[in-house]
Amino acid sequence: MPTRTVAVGSASGLHARPAKIFVEAAAKAPVKVTIRVGEKKPVPARSMLSVLALGAKQGTEVILEADGDGADQALDGLAALLAKDLDADDA
Amino acid sequence: MPDLSGIGVSAGVAAGPLLRIAAAPALPPPAPVTDAGAEVDRAFAALAEVVAELGRRADRASEATVAEVLRAEALMADDEELRDAVREQIEDGTDAPHAIAAAFGTFREMFAEAGGYLAERVADLDDLRDRAVAVLLGLPMPGVPQPGHPYILAARDLAPADTADLDPSQVLALVTEVGGPTSHTAILARALGLPAVVACRGVLELPEHTKVQVDGATGLVEIGDFTVRRAAHAAKSELTGPGATSDGHAVKLLANVGSAKNVPAADEAHAEGVGLFRTELLFLDRTAEPARDEQVTAYREVFRGMAGRRVVIRTLDAGADKPLPFLNQDGEPNPALGVRGLRVARQRPEVLTTQLAAIAAAAADTGADVWVMAPMVSTLTEAAGFAAAVHEAGLPRAGVMIEVPAAALRARDLLGVVDFLSIGTNDLSQYTFAADRMCGDLADLLDPWQPALLQLIAICGEAGRESGKPVGVCGEAAADPALAPVLAGLGIGSLSMSPRAIPAVRASLARYTYDECRRLAELAVAAPDAASARKIVG
Repeated sequence: MPTRTVAVGSASGLHARPAKIFVEAAAKAPVKVTIRVGEKKPVPARSMLSVLALGAKQGTEVILEADGDGADQALDGLAALLAKDLDADDA
Repeated sequence: MPDLSGIGVSAGVAAGPLLRIAAAPALPPPAPVTDAGAEVDRAFAALAEVVAELGRRADRASEATVAEVLRAEALMADDEELRDAVREQIEDGTDAPHAIAAAFGTFREMFAEAGGYLAERVADLDDLRDRAVAVLLGLPMPGVPQPGHPYILAARDLAPADTADLDPSQVLALVTEVGGPTSHTAILARALGLPAVVACRGVLELPEHTKVQVDGATGLVEIGDFTVRRAAHAAKSELTGPGATSDGHAVKLLANVGSAKNVPAADEAHAEGVGLFRTELLFLDRTAEPARDEQVTAYREVFRGMAGRRVVIRTLDAGADKPLPFLNQDGEPNPALGVRGLRVARQRPEVLTTQLAAIAAAAADTGADVWVMAPMVSTLTEAAGFAAAVHEAGLPRAGVMIEVPAAALRARDLLGVVDFLSIGTNDLSQYTFAADRMCGDLADLLDPWQPALLQLIAICGEAGRESGKPVGVCGEAAADPALAPVLAGLGIGSLSMSPRAIPAVRASLARYTYDECRRLAELAVAAPDAASARKIVG
């Protein structure tokens, strides 16, 4: 299954504004994407509550997974988004 | 019913029906589920209504940051995992309200366990749950009422979250059961130009729609058949020029800002400059000190916006209610009396040196008249040390804040080594009366009209008159229109406040001659208590 491992780039972690931007992007993806931290249970990337509950901080490595048509492209986009500092005003 | 009284914190008289902020609904006793499909639909519809309502609030919010917070909250209620959990609960025989409570409860537990930022979001989850349950029970959603007609808002206290939704065209006045003159309610009321009474016991026992008249100067809340009326709004004054008494004694009206984002509001209020540029925003939530260049960029934005005007920038005011992670200030037994403000430089002098260098670099070529002041100064030695550091950084004007009684008592000495003083009345009250700013039960002690506080301000004003050096006020007291003539009379040459408060203060000053201000000041300092002092101007 296509997988991407990426360190969270946002200064405040995957919270608040960065989480909102990420979840909204995941909801638009054509495939179902999951996100997890380490060996914990993967959760749907389009679920705001589940993504928040990961408690990922800046620098935490998260693993994105998806299957099906367009999975690689969707994962590339989401991984790039996670790597950015979404707290910055121009994000 | 007897009339009620509290502490008036924002002047003006208004009348209308009293409505409360609706309380969170209690869960009804569990009910059997006969049609699980219909019950799931009912639960999902309630969640959808919560999402829709948050979206509508976001659309109405005038500030982009507030709208964004509301949209993030909406996203938390519009969640497929949450809906799955609700469906499972209902299919196991739980009714919709309890299923929703249980589904939020699972996430609540995860958030609380994670601690830190997530634990703080538990309140958001509870709010979403209460809203959904209220919809299911046919009750008003908890929060600020939206009755579609003007009303007087009653609450235990107002939280910043409530105020995001408060529509000043519908709310006539604010009355809260707790809170004090520096509470969020007081600050908000002055910013919106609404009459407000805080610490008004019994207000929550009045039936909904009781007609009341609120006097935000005297603190009186009268019950009777009053016609709805809005407070005559000093803030609507057409006056714009520099602040002055009716006979032309100048009192500069300055704005408090936290970043360049506040500069347009300051311009709109015709602020004559910035009297308090708080630099903490840049430092909050940081595990490391922001780099010099990052500081230069942030400061320069404000200085550029204020070209040709004065900007008083305050060095980092960390500690107490504003702990900063990178300073490792955890574990002080009494942070308000601990290493805060300028005292941080005792342990970390480089933080101050870097900040002063950044301010000097940022000020270059912007055309702003940049003054620098330190918070939490107590002694002449501290003031002299700070002034030397400021001048060494190449900045011409160094001042100190007066927040500690020791500094106020020695204002004359301090003006021998610094170029100006700025009185932070919120902290000066707290330290003079030994009353925690966060303690609602002690609100009366924190009243800026307390004669002892005014006496300390008088010492500073007198020292300013003698030395010819500027002495200003930048605490919440500066935003109280009724207090403005008193402060002018005490020798205060500038008042710095949230930009929205400026028009009302300007109008108030223009109603008195300077001699009248001096007389009011003398009477207020001589008054036996805060209420009597306030009546002198009333």
